[in-house]
Amino acid sequence: MTAIAEFAPRARHRFLFDRAEVLGPLFIAPAILYVFALVALPFFLAIYYSISAFTIFDPSYRFVGAKNFLDVMQSDVFRRTLANTFIFTIGAQIIGLLLGKFAAMLLMKEFPGRGLARALVVLPWAVPVSLATLAWQWMFDSLYSVINWTLIAVGLVDAAHPPQWLGQQDLAMIAVTVVHAWRLFPFGVVIFIAGFTSVPKDILDAATVDGAGFWRRNYQIILPIIMPIVVIGLIFGTVFTFTDLSVVYLLTRGGPINATQVLGSLGFQVGILSGDVAHGAVICLFLFPFLLLVVIFMLRALRRREI
Amino acid sequence: MASVAARDIKKQFDEVTAVNGVSLEARDGEFVVLLGPSGCGKTTLLRIIAGLEKQTSGDILIGGHVVNDLPPRARGIAMVFQSYGLYPHLTVWNNIAFPLKTQGTERDEIKRKVEWSARLLGIERLLQRKPRQLSGGERQRVALARALVREPTVFLLDEPLSNLDAKLRASARSEIKQFQLTVKTATIYVTHDQVEAMGMGDRIAVMDHGIVKQIGSPTEIYEHPADEYVATFLGTPPMNLVERDGGSLGFRPEHFLPKELLNGSALQEFNFRVDRMEYLGSERILYGDIEGRKAKREVTAKLPAHVALDGISAGAWHPFAVRQRELRYFDGEGRQTIKR
Repeated sequence: MTAIAEFAPRARHRFLFDRAEVLGPLFIAPAILYVFALVALPFFLAIYYSISAFTIFDPSYRFVGAKNFLDVMQSDVFRRTLANTFIFTIGAQIIGLLLGKFAAMLLMKEFPGRGLARALVVLPWAVPVSLATLAWQWMFDSLYSVINWTLIAVGLVDAAHPPQWLGQQDLAMIAVTVVHAWRLFPFGVVIFIAGFTSVPKDILDAATVDGAGFWRRNYQIILPIIMPIVVIGLIFGTVFTFTDLSVVYLLTRGGPINATQVLGSLGFQVGILSGDVAHGAVICLFLFPFLLLVVIFMLRALRRREI
Repeated sequence: MASVAARDIKKQFDEVTAVNGVSLEARDGEFVVLLGPSGCGKTTLLRIIAGLEKQTSGDILIGGHVVNDLPPRARGIAMVFQSYGLYPHLTVWNNIAFPLKTQGTERDEIKRKVEWSARLLGIERLLQRKPRQLSGGERQRVALARALVREPTVFLLDEPLSNLDAKLRASARSEIKQFQLTVKTATIYVTHDQVEAMGMGDRIAVMDHGIVKQIGSPTEIYEHPADEYVATFLGTPPMNLVERDGGSLGFRPEHFLPKELLNGSALQEFNFRVDRMEYLGSERILYGDIEGRKAKREVTAKLPAHVALDGISAGAWHPFAVRQRELRYFDGEGRQTIKR
């Protein structure tokens, strides 16, 4: 009894950090603060700008209602940009994840030098985007393109009229999508390798004994089982691609004639480079409802598939 | 004729010899148990029979044909895995139907067979559920139904009870045995649990370090162990061994009794020092040592609990004895001999 009585006053003070209701908020606070300062605040600021006539030349907060939204939606450049963004996002996901899956399947096999191959695959991810894009710029160059040189050597294109990868509107769109897919590729590989290694060996053995061949095994057993992981990868890839402007900006600056403009690069050009903050904010806000829909849709699909 | 047979199977993994020249057969309708400690090569042998691993040398025969080069699906086997290997994204119905679909069975036939096997295992009401909605015992039955539906020549079961809790294991054990008696298919069952082996097997093959130490009926294995390894692997507590003439003398704890309880037959007497006693409800285990013994392992006696322990107490010496006919002799290499 006496021992407890002596111990009690010290204990309350000393074990403060052992209490979940104290420690919990303390640990979560930095994250909440971070999200609030760097995500919520800019987001509400963007909404605020989008309904004002704010430019860097005239920083007044005059309320203009939906005028900016109507302006933007009536613009041909914007509509083209919106379409481009979808092509860019969906195209890059399909190419990146598909190639990622094939590479992951190869890298799951035992072969000499597999460790090195796995390390090399991650390279597009590890190289700074500016450096990588510079290399791609050379490959797409109008004169020194190694791609054209190869195509000419193989005889697929006419040496007199080589394709101008970054100069023709459709080819430029293909070029930026391919480069972004190349950047997503290691991500796809990692996602699929993580998925493949998570499939229990008993299930694979059971499928083999049950007589499932290559296709049935891969597309009726493995793919459905790893789908939750792939969907998470797809959400990440989609969100990152939809908001990305680095490849487009570094490779084509949205050109030729806005043919490769995506929401991110157009928003940057209008809002920051041209100083029309209000219209820039409107363009960027267009990202939000789409991303929200994508995430909701995919998370719902994920829950249905939950295993 | 043997339904499934392994002939001199060897399997080498780099430096390790997992299976070292095993020959084994399971006749039609026979239940053979592969018993051994973890890492003794029993699962590897099973996987070789299934075709999931390729043996380094030796032949696998199923239904009298060498199947070395046949893939698992063409061997006419069905396998139940330790964690069942159910497809988590498919309903029970589709899990059971899967092996039939891969064979291109007609839809009506699939329906008929799935319902037949589900009825046999009493899981009709679970057919629309997903594996995650099932209990351990139900999953195991689904796995059996999936194995059964192909009407295989051989069932291979790899420790199918090890994921169940003790109580469920006992009932699942008799269910599997009952099931095997019903379908009368040759079965090879891998386990490290001697109770499962003794209770289910028509014959038991005791394995250690990649070789089969002894094959025989549960009685043969228990009563006449081929060597000291088998003698001490089976039985709880295992057989007592006492050094004798360069070899050893073995006797089961349940045959090692106070001298006054044994009368009328030729006895081998021992002076037994009881160190401690365990009361297990139906029986008592006495741990101690015998005069003039060098080995480290304790000598144990298993007495029915209803036997009065007149004057037997820890720390004292008591006259104990074993009937001569219950003694087993092992030579210097540990093999059983008929020496008297």
